[in-house]
Amino acid sequence: MAVSKRVVLRFSRRLVERPIIYRLVKDYDLEFNILKAQITPEREGLLILELKGNQKEYDKGIEFLLKTGVEIQALSQDVTRNETKCTSCGACITVCPTGAFSLEEGTRLVLFDNEKCIACGACIPACPPRAMEVHF
Amino acid sequence: MKTIAEINEKIRQGQAVVVTAEEIIDIVKEKGLQKAAREVDVVTTGTFGPMCSSGAYINTGHAKPRIKFGGGRTYLNDIPAYAGFAAVDIYIGCTALPDDDPRNRTHPGEFKYGGGHVIEELVGGKDIRLVATAYGTDCYPRKKIETLINIKGLNEAVLFNPRNAYQNYNVAVNLSSKTIYTYMGVLKPNLGNANFCSAGQLSPLLNDPLYKTIGIGTRIFLGGGTGYIAWQGTQHNPGVPRTEGGVPRKPAGTLAVIGDLKQMKAEWLRGVSMQGYGATLAVGLGIPIPVLSEEILKYTTVTDADIVAPIVDYSETYPNRLPDTLGEVSYAQLKTGHIEVKGKKVPTASLSSYPRAVIIAQTLKKWIQQGDFTLTEAVAPLPGAESGITFKNLEERKIE
Repeated sequence: MAVSKRVVLRFSRRLVERPIIYRLVKDYDLEFNILKAQITPEREGLLILELKGNQKEYDKGIEFLLKTGVEIQALSQDVTRNETKCTSCGACITVCPTGAFSLEEGTRLVLFDNEKCIACGACIPACPPRAMEVHF
Repeated sequence: MKTIAEINEKIRQGQAVVVTAEEIIDIVKEKGLQKAAREVDVVTTGTFGPMCSSGAYINTGHAKPRIKFGGGRTYLNDIPAYAGFAAVDIYIGCTALPDDDPRNRTHPGEFKYGGGHVIEELVGGKDIRLVATAYGTDCYPRKKIETLINIKGLNEAVLFNPRNAYQNYNVAVNLSSKTIYTYMGVLKPNLGNANFCSAGQLSPLLNDPLYKTIGIGTRIFLGGGTGYIAWQGTQHNPGVPRTEGGVPRKPAGTLAVIGDLKQMKAEWLRGVSMQGYGATLAVGLGIPIPVLSEEILKYTTVTDADIVAPIVDYSETYPNRLPDTLGEVSYAQLKTGHIEVKGKKVPTASLSSYPRAVIIAQTLKKWIQQGDFTLTEAVAPLPGAESGITFKNLEERKIE
């Protein structure tokens, strides 16, 4: 069975210079798409990937990552909406490049589908009540 | 034909029939105008969106020894407040920013905290840091004060907004090749999106387009409490072209509103940040329309399909005050999620919250049904097209 998942990987300083993603491709035949990559001044790495492949190989790949010491988090946990701040105006809808926001038919409430979110951050400053939050 | 006094009597007895400007559309479709006008007493409206001409004046009470803010400088949570009044009256405008805010030095600026946020926190019951410097007089010797204030301890805290509730507004687009950051939100290049800002069929002044019932002195829902219409708003421009139904095809009427901040709620007065533009306040406002005649009722049956707005380019046309528009579009079209501009399919988004406008109209409906809110006769009408009021530009003159 094929899977496609978006994950946030955190690399500690000692892992930053190792060719970890290469191993995912070579050993587990996973296809990757880099959505965001960043190295902080403390030289810790953050990588947001879309990983595609066979479920079995995907699981093995994730196991490999964990074994090497990479921290893994599902992307959906990283960008969240503060529901008490959101006023459902809709300013975010056309700003989002992946269409993660939509309007509920009838009520016109703004829905956020974090499965579609790639954590680009475009919505964060574009939201007038600043309801969108990133937790990296 | 009914009078406001008769409707108020029904409200007091808990018998008034109140519906929202959304609900009335189907009621009239079903029952016809004549029957519906007999049965329905009040139609409620609502809107919730950023309204930059908003602010509050407060009277802090006198310190011991006394200090006179007037002629000095005052800050609320580092936001400058206007002090050009008597000793301890100050006015905080919602777009005011801290002196050290980077503004647009790194474009687009974030404008995380401004006067609107202070108002939200003040209404929410949070302590606010007041810092003032003064020049000192014989009767007001102090030159400095730093203290916390709370809305509960203030003599007065009054929301007084010179311009709210715009009757219709532009649809903003960007014809240039780079992203622009405007008061109409982030506009993507080459007609990447179109932003609008009106509650459309629920919007107060679009349901009484010729100001037959809404006037000076009208009691309204303001910021989660009650308020009043104080005057026509600034830039009130009733003489614009209108549809057959009387609905302005461009931004037209506006309202100046006032109300006791102490009974309002932070939920309905929200400090907001427009990226690259500034800080402002999202205001919740709703107005009841008494159904005094079939004609007045007919105006309230306006639908999103009946209201059109001009499409304006904010990269070149708006900044340079050019008259051109890129055509007209109805709110029904805007609400489908895309419109067509210059042959291109452009996705749309709103800056005004329709779900919140619905809640406001429903809340006002409930207040009236419960007998907590009665209607008012306008003290004076808002100026209509016959007033000859026009929207003037600032024509610069050389100073010799």
